[in-house]
Amino acid sequence: MIDRLDQIFVLLKHWILGYLPASLQTPAGVILSVVCIIGLYPALFALTTVLERKGVGRIQNRLGPNRVGPFGILQPMADGIKSLTKEDIVPTSADAVVHFLAPVILVVTVFMGFAVLPMGRNMVLVDMDAGLLFYFAMGASSELSVFMAGWGSRNKYSLLGAMRAVAQMISYEVALLLSSVVIVMMTGSLSLVKIVEAQNHYSYGFPHWFIFTPWGLAGFLMYAIAGTAETNRSPFDLPEGESELVAGYHTEYSGFKFALFFLGEYVAMFSISGLGSTLFLGGWTAPLAALQWVPSWIWFFGKLFVSMCVFIWLRGTLPRLRQDQLMNFAWKFVLPMCLLNLFVAALWRFLGEGLLRWVICSGILILAYAVMGSAEMRRKHFGPRTYRYAE
Amino acid sequence: MLGEGILKGLAETARNFAGSFVSKERMTTVEYPEVRLPLPEAARNFPFLVYDGNDWEKGLRCVACQICEKECPPKCIYIEKSKDKKPDYVGKPQIYPAKFDIDISVCMSCQICVEVCPFEAIKMNTEFELSTDDRFGGLLLDRKELAKSNEYYHTIHPTEATEVDARLAAEKAKVEAKAKAAAESAAAKAAAVATGASAAAATANPAVEPAYASTTKAAEIAAAPAAATAPAAPKPVAGTGTDGPAPITEAEKKAATEPAKPSEGEPKA
Repeated sequence: MIDRLDQIFVLLKHWILGYLPASLQTPAGVILSVVCIIGLYPALFALTTVLERKGVGRIQNRLGPNRVGPFGILQPMADGIKSLTKEDIVPTSADAVVHFLAPVILVVTVFMGFAVLPMGRNMVLVDMDAGLLFYFAMGASSELSVFMAGWGSRNKYSLLGAMRAVAQMISYEVALLLSSVVIVMMTGSLSLVKIVEAQNHYSYGFPHWFIFTPWGLAGFLMYAIAGTAETNRSPFDLPEGESELVAGYHTEYSGFKFALFFLGEYVAMFSISGLGSTLFLGGWTAPLAALQWVPSWIWFFGKLFVSMCVFIWLRGTLPRLRQDQLMNFAWKFVLPMCLLNLFVAALWRFLGEGLLRWVICSGILILAYAVMGSAEMRRKHFGPRTYRYAE
Repeated sequence: MLGEGILKGLAETARNFAGSFVSKERMTTVEYPEVRLPLPEAARNFPFLVYDGNDWEKGLRCVACQICEKECPPKCIYIEKSKDKKPDYVGKPQIYPAKFDIDISVCMSCQICVEVCPFEAIKMNTEFELSTDDRFGGLLLDRKELAKSNEYYHTIHPTEATEVDARLAAEKAKVEAKAKAAAESAAAKAAAVATGASAAAATANPAVEPAYASTTKAAEIAAAPAAATAPAAPKPVAGTGTDGPAPITEAEKKAATEPAKPSEGEPKA
């Protein structure tokens, strides 16, 4: 019974496919899974927007939306209807084709990432051998769409926003990749299914998630920072800094195209959180051996939910960074830490079992964090701001 | 330590998040259409016309002197004088506005009309829910829409309205006393001059009675030329008000010295 529940979606798919002729079963299976993914994540996106608005509202001691439906649950429906009925404006001087393609490409590339994410036991669309590589290739192409949007709009705010976005996303792409490479080093595989399997062991009732190792914890923190920047979320939401850039690269988008950008941003958050939990938090595995009877997909989506909450919490807490702070942080702190983490992971691998590797590896990481952190802090002078005017 | 501030900030926001479910005092907002915060007494947005009594048309304090129309910086007031007259609060017959329109889409809520009005006839309203689907007609208020009772004025600006009432009452008492004295002296004079003529006494006698219409008529005849210059400006009784008396005095002086001359600039720079 429990196994049946765990595999309910897989069994459902096979049951539906059973009615089709054998030659059609493979393509129909793929289409069915794709439709599920494309239907599921926008629904989660709708729920997350209302969760975010209510959560941030509570953080600011407000109630948040509570007018549409019970507790404002139907707010996303109202928003969706509004964005559908709005006029779709394309500026006369904009490059119409590029302007149209940008949101489409964003949504397509963002959804492609889900193809390789295992969302439960046996629940993966394509078990690719180079799944992680495919994921990052798709993630990197979303930068293209952002730049297309900024360039095609022919608007200075859009262009500035897109420039910032590309600078930021390329900088943090490096850190994102390097922080994930430690996982590949330890598991020896780029397949996300194998990475989850590698973490699906328990000793003394606790799982062997990679976050419970020094290099895994450091890698996870770096991954979280880079992932937040990669999805243009607060505090790294400079590309759409409304106080200085109107709305950044999607300034010239209205109606449903804007909604697509919004959707793309949130789905990218889901996908980056999904990858993060797959790499470091054991994907669909249970956090305790005693809880293994709970269906695997519940754990995956539970982890997704928790990371969404953290995203919202961060957004409610942190102010936006300045461009130079952002770049300094990426190249002078996150990147060196990632490189050091690669070395520490290698050390961990070759020191063999025992307490010694725990002490050495965590010692190196904590020392590096303290030294680099204090170096970062020393350069900060808190006090009255001084201005220097042009002569 | 790097990241310490972030953790502190996260703790603070978490405290706010949890606290918002527990304590009502934390909430900084109210659910507006259902719950309304009382407006501060000094709140104002667009002017309205004050009337006394129950009939808005009869009780309108405005005498269509058109000072506000001339002073209005964005020129949003339009007044047409009436042909006939009606008695004002002291009983003196005055012309009244046959038409009094304020275009609140033009009005900038500067309150200059209120400050220059010698009759306490125009005051600032606090009503702010003025949205309409007709942006021309819906925002052009005529005198019926502008007319609000003195009781309403008391509810929105109690302190100011009490001062205004005291000032008006004092003015009225003064006018009455003056009229009485004038009538008495006129009667005495008439009695002295035409001692035997009963016809003269018969005309003067009813004027001694304090009935409004006849008294003021007699007062007008008997009073000094300064009192006869229209419009009669009410004198502020006491400078107790916070913002009321000072501009009124200024306006009153102006009205007394150059009543008909159109002003060349704003009273306050």
